[in-house]
Amino acid sequence: MEVSIAAAEAVRQANVDVISAYPITPQTHIVEHLSELVANGELDGEFFCVESEHSALSVCVGSEAAGARSFTCTSSQGLALMSEITYIASGLRLPIVMIISNRTLSAPLSIWNDHSDVMSIRDCGWIQLFTENGQEVYDHVFIAYRLGEDRNVLLPVIVNMDGFILSHVIEPIELIEQEKIDQFLPPYQPLHRLHPDRPVTMGAFALPSIFAETKKAQEVAIWSSMPKILETWKAFGDMTGRYYKPIETYKAEDAETLLVTMGSFGETASVAVDMMRKEGRSVGLVKIRLWRPFPFDEFKKAALHAKQLVVIDRAVSVGGPGGPVASELRSALYGSDHRPFVYNFVAGISGRDVAPSDFIKMVDKAEIEIEEGNKEGYELYGVRE
Amino acid sequence: MTEKLNVYAVRMLTQKEYFAPGHRACQGCAEVLAVRLVAKALGRNVIVAAATGCMEIVSSPFPFTSWRVPWFHVAFENAAAVASGIESGLKVLMRKGRIPNKKIVTIAMAGDGGTADIGLQALSGALERDHDFIYICTDNEAYMNTGIQRSSSTPFGASTTTSPAGKVKMGQITWKKNMPAIVAAHNIPYVATACPSYPIDLVQKVKKAADTKGAAYVHILSVCPTGWRSAPELSIKLGRLAVETGVFPLYEVEKGRYHLSMDFPTLRPIKEYFKLQGRFRHLTDDMIQEIEKRIHQEYEELREKAKKGV
Repeated sequence: MEVSIAAAEAVRQANVDVISAYPITPQTHIVEHLSELVANGELDGEFFCVESEHSALSVCVGSEAAGARSFTCTSSQGLALMSEITYIASGLRLPIVMIISNRTLSAPLSIWNDHSDVMSIRDCGWIQLFTENGQEVYDHVFIAYRLGEDRNVLLPVIVNMDGFILSHVIEPIELIEQEKIDQFLPPYQPLHRLHPDRPVTMGAFALPSIFAETKKAQEVAIWSSMPKILETWKAFGDMTGRYYKPIETYKAEDAETLLVTMGSFGETASVAVDMMRKEGRSVGLVKIRLWRPFPFDEFKKAALHAKQLVVIDRAVSVGGPGGPVASELRSALYGSDHRPFVYNFVAGISGRDVAPSDFIKMVDKAEIEIEEGNKEGYELYGVRE
Repeated sequence: MTEKLNVYAVRMLTQKEYFAPGHRACQGCAEVLAVRLVAKALGRNVIVAAATGCMEIVSSPFPFTSWRVPWFHVAFENAAAVASGIESGLKVLMRKGRIPNKKIVTIAMAGDGGTADIGLQALSGALERDHDFIYICTDNEAYMNTGIQRSSSTPFGASTTTSPAGKVKMGQITWKKNMPAIVAAHNIPYVATACPSYPIDLVQKVKKAADTKGAAYVHILSVCPTGWRSAPELSIKLGRLAVETGVFPLYEVEKGRYHLSMDFPTLRPIKEYFKLQGRFRHLTDDMIQEIEKRIHQEYEELREKAKKGV
């Protein structure tokens, strides 16, 4: 099954009430399939193909506030256009779920994959997850709703999946029986909803005397969601046998060098790790699944014995310290007793292929550079000069 | 067609207030009066999606609210999209039996900037999708909340802080965008103009909009003493003058058919309207005459449409 179709099927199985989206490559297959499901009466919800992504998320904000389970999906420019509302959705504590089929931000215009879109709204206050394959995308739609709608969480959730590399790939997906899903994900019971029987004012403005307190409350909410995230993954694992963790590791325990990736890079990088292990090299892999709230403790634990980290970013922070993931990890490690060197590559932007051999080349280069004293290097990998 | 009433029968309105007193609007604000009347007209079974602007700021400084009905503010340009979502959410939840089935009117409310400028796209989208909602534009003819900057709804010749009358420019040099006509071009079932100086007419139109199946739009001229540089006690009079001079005719467009709510065989001189407002103070008699010519021409065109019933 194509991963985008699986994602749309998950939205159907999650009994979403309102879907609002605007077509953009490479997210289109999701909305196309959802439209088909609605047209065939297989999804009992309202679907709106609206006039912009800004309105797509605004519609979801309205429907979610009315108490309806709501879904949208987008990519790249579309996410940039709706970015204003992403901050509002989390500030208003509305547990909308959005799939981002990650694609590069213009200019130059490019429809292919990288993480520059979602990194532009890194601080928008949503729970943000990255997936490595189609099964994870499918699974995380249910996980995202159950988690976001938890009364102790009430936050919107972004499920990131790499555009084309995941969205357009056909792979075997294990679908879950509807009965199990209905048990795992009962209908949404909002804490407050817009309804005349119990009038509430939502979206009041805050003077400086109260704004900081509301932001603090939001911050407390996202940090308090951490145990809920683990709990939800545990419950999902008990149901399906597929257990997820904020940080996944592969042959990492005794490795001197750790590759660090996020998203679909993970599978390719694990092939590279196997190849290097065969040559007797001490290399492992750390994959970040949970990006917000960032799992600092789990990450530090995973990096505890490594000499160096080779962090592969998929977005450039132009004029900044390299890639956003590497920056995050450097600050995560700064106060630690054990601080591995962080060597950073930005690779595969605008969907350029990154093969297992490329990961090996990056590890080679990083190890040599660190050996020679360039311990915190950064390079935009594979640039043709 | 709304009823013709010859008396100011204010007792015909409910005494109940759904928009509470104690808000922070300026003295003489006719926009807040319009909102109060709209709220009276709709009663309690309503949900309001408001755009950023004066009415949002004066009514919702946390932890206070002037709203006795459910009210939701999200952003500046998306009131119509948010209302679309609320309406759809209610519809699907009622269909699935998760909330009781009853008529709840969804309202989007925005100023002229949030409607004619930054919110036009979202409005057009919501109208095209034919959501069952009412869009209320309270038009005070500039960005008053941020300090009287011009919008595309500012009338020709008006001096604002970003279209100031200077040595070589005479204030706003573009003509007021015709929002009701743009909305009517979407072929929605009900479009109307109103003004709180005519409260019964306004209330009747809003009620009619609520009874309309599908999208309805009411464009309300809202005198702003602060931005128009007029005396607060003249707001009601200015609203009447806007109508009686032909500057802001009151009419309805029902299923595409135009109908004048009140017609004036002879319009009052536009100068009577202009002279009470500081924003037009710099205009010479010649300029006023030119403006009047176009206003009369537009009024005549509207009258023709109403006559033909198209």
